Amino acid sequence: MLRFIIRRVIVIVPMLFIIVSLTWVLVRLAPGNFYSGEKKLAPAVEKNLREKYGLDKPWYVQYGKVLKNIGRFDFGNSLKYEGQSVNQILLRGLPVSATLGITAYLIALLVGIIMGTLAALKPNSWLDYASMTLAMLGISIPNFVLGPLLVLLFSLTLFWFPPALWNGFPSKSLVLPALTLSAIYIAYIARLTRSGMLEVMGSDYIRTARAKGLSERQVVTRHALRGGLLPVVSFSGPALAFLITGTVVVERVFALPGLGNYFINACFNRDEPLIIGIVAFIAISVLVFNLLVDISYAFIDPRIRY
Amino acid sequence: MSDDNGNLLSVRDLRVYFETEDGSVRAVDGISFDVKRGETLGIVGESGSGKSVANLSLMRLIPEPPGKIASGSISFDGRDVLRLSPSEIRALRGKRIAMIFQDPMTSLNPFMRVSKQLMEVTQLHLGHTKRQARAHAIAMLEHVGIPDAAERVDSYPHEFSGGMRQRVIIAMALSCQPELLIADEPTTALDVTIQAQILELIKQLKSETGASVILITHDLGVIAGMTDHVIVMYAGRVFEQAPTRELFERPGNPYTRGLLRSVPDPTEDEGTLYQIPGQPPDLAHLPPGCPFASRCERAEEVCQKEFPPFVQLTPSHQSLCHFANEVYAETGATR
Repeated sequence: MLRFIIRRVIVIVPMLFIIVSLTWVLVRLAPGNFYSGEKKLAPAVEKNLREKYGLDKPWYVQYGKVLKNIGRFDFGNSLKYEGQSVNQILLRGLPVSATLGITAYLIALLVGIIMGTLAALKPNSWLDYASMTLAMLGISIPNFVLGPLLVLLFSLTLFWFPPALWNGFPSKSLVLPALTLSAIYIAYIARLTRSGMLEVMGSDYIRTARAKGLSERQVVTRHALRGGLLPVVSFSGPALAFLITGTVVVERVFALPGLGNYFINACFNRDEPLIIGIVAFIAISVLVFNLLVDISYAFIDPRIRY
Repeated sequence: MSDDNGNLLSVRDLRVYFETEDGSVRAVDGISFDVKRGETLGIVGESGSGKSVANLSLMRLIPEPPGKIASGSISFDGRDVLRLSPSEIRALRGKRIAMIFQDPMTSLNPFMRVSKQLMEVTQLHLGHTKRQARAHAIAMLEHVGIPDAAERVDSYPHEFSGGMRQRVIIAMALSCQPELLIADEPTTALDVTIQAQILELIKQLKSETGASVILITHDLGVIAGMTDHVIVMYAGRVFEQAPTRELFERPGNPYTRGLLRSVPDPTEDEGTLYQIPGQPPDLAHLPPGCPFASRCERAEEVCQKEFPPFVQLTPSHQSLCHFANEVYAETGATR
């Protein structure tokens, strides 16, 4: 087990290297740069600025500096937000994104698992069709459509929730963004739960459990859920990583000061250190959560040994 | 208690249908049989003959839908199982009627310790506390011949071999001393040497508790060694039933005769094995006549057209065949 974890942690390093390098290349390949704004800078000013940020050096020096920075978990200073380091911005955006993400995640798990389980217990019933239709809608409606629709209904017509505001947790301002964000995850989790539970409910050991005289509820809660939810576990680890590291669209729609919003702005501004910092942070989170999922397997399924 | 004839279980005209896209599949189509107290009944037949479905319906374990017990009665200790409420049937399951399944590799919950799987039966039916249930579980494992039971009780199923898992399942089935034990091909998935051990164990436990046993198998050797009475099933019907000895010595049905001829005889030098030609019929589209007619070497025109009668050969021996008396006479003559 320990060897497995160490091996996986070591693998994170080359993965991160590849991701950061690709990002850096993409940023550099894209036309334009931080100084090619509408307002033309005086050539002398631009030259001074470039020297200050080391942008006048050859590409391999700059690239080497990026890698060195990441090795120290220090992504340097933002070009746009003067005097602020990328780390400060990450620390400011992360709590907002994480609060929103975890709330949406918990909603998705709770609603998704209940919907999927009910659907699986009565396959081809109206309950099954209703849940799966809802799930299909959740997958099909993009959140940049769902968000504004919810705002239109609950903020601008019923006046129940604010359309764009951030008051942290718990507050009314969290409801609409969390719902919008969770919709697609509810849908995925419901479908994964349904198929996982359907498979387990047809298995021999469930028949054994019934033959013991257990009630249907005991059969489901004691015997079926654990095996039936395995697919959900493998999905939910990376999902949590993506949710808490900021969701570009939803934060944009509801104007929340989270990582996703900073990321978009960084891209528009061609703020290279900030782009690479946020990408590296998300990459590390996803890799770590994937590792956590794999470790948790060993506790859920006793047959798995590393 | 049992009914007037000393029967613990009495099944009458049981019909179990499965609704499929291909039409209604008559998996069990009007079977009747009795099990006396302390008796071992063998049910033999090819795959898909309805053996397992019939026995799952005894505990009402048929998945509904698509399955449905269409008609008939199942009287267990004088009460009709088909009329019991869900909680009444649950009180029977695992306590008075227990089941051993075919594949020990998949019949235990892989995520749960063996101790917990054993304990939940007696906690449920005998009101055991955790400590009592645990002691009982260890005692049962010892009883079925698992060495170091006290240490191994907390293992997971995958830490046991196939034979050991089947012992665990038997321990589980017997933990409440059931009056009827249904063993559905309990040795099919096991090595031959282990098969003999498991069968011996079932035999021994049966004689200790006096339970009735229904043994489902397609192995005629097992039937011969274990049972008092045999039912031969084909296409969801009982084709022949007789005391075990009588059935082997003097079958009254061409299908049974075919089955008996299919058993390889090691004393014969001939290289070829006998097999009944053809395949079992499609249960969704049964022909009007005898379902075995197209494979039967004795079939005549009437067999294709009319469904055969259930002929009473002796008070305890019946056969479903137009020519049951003739076959019975032939097998008697060649003896």
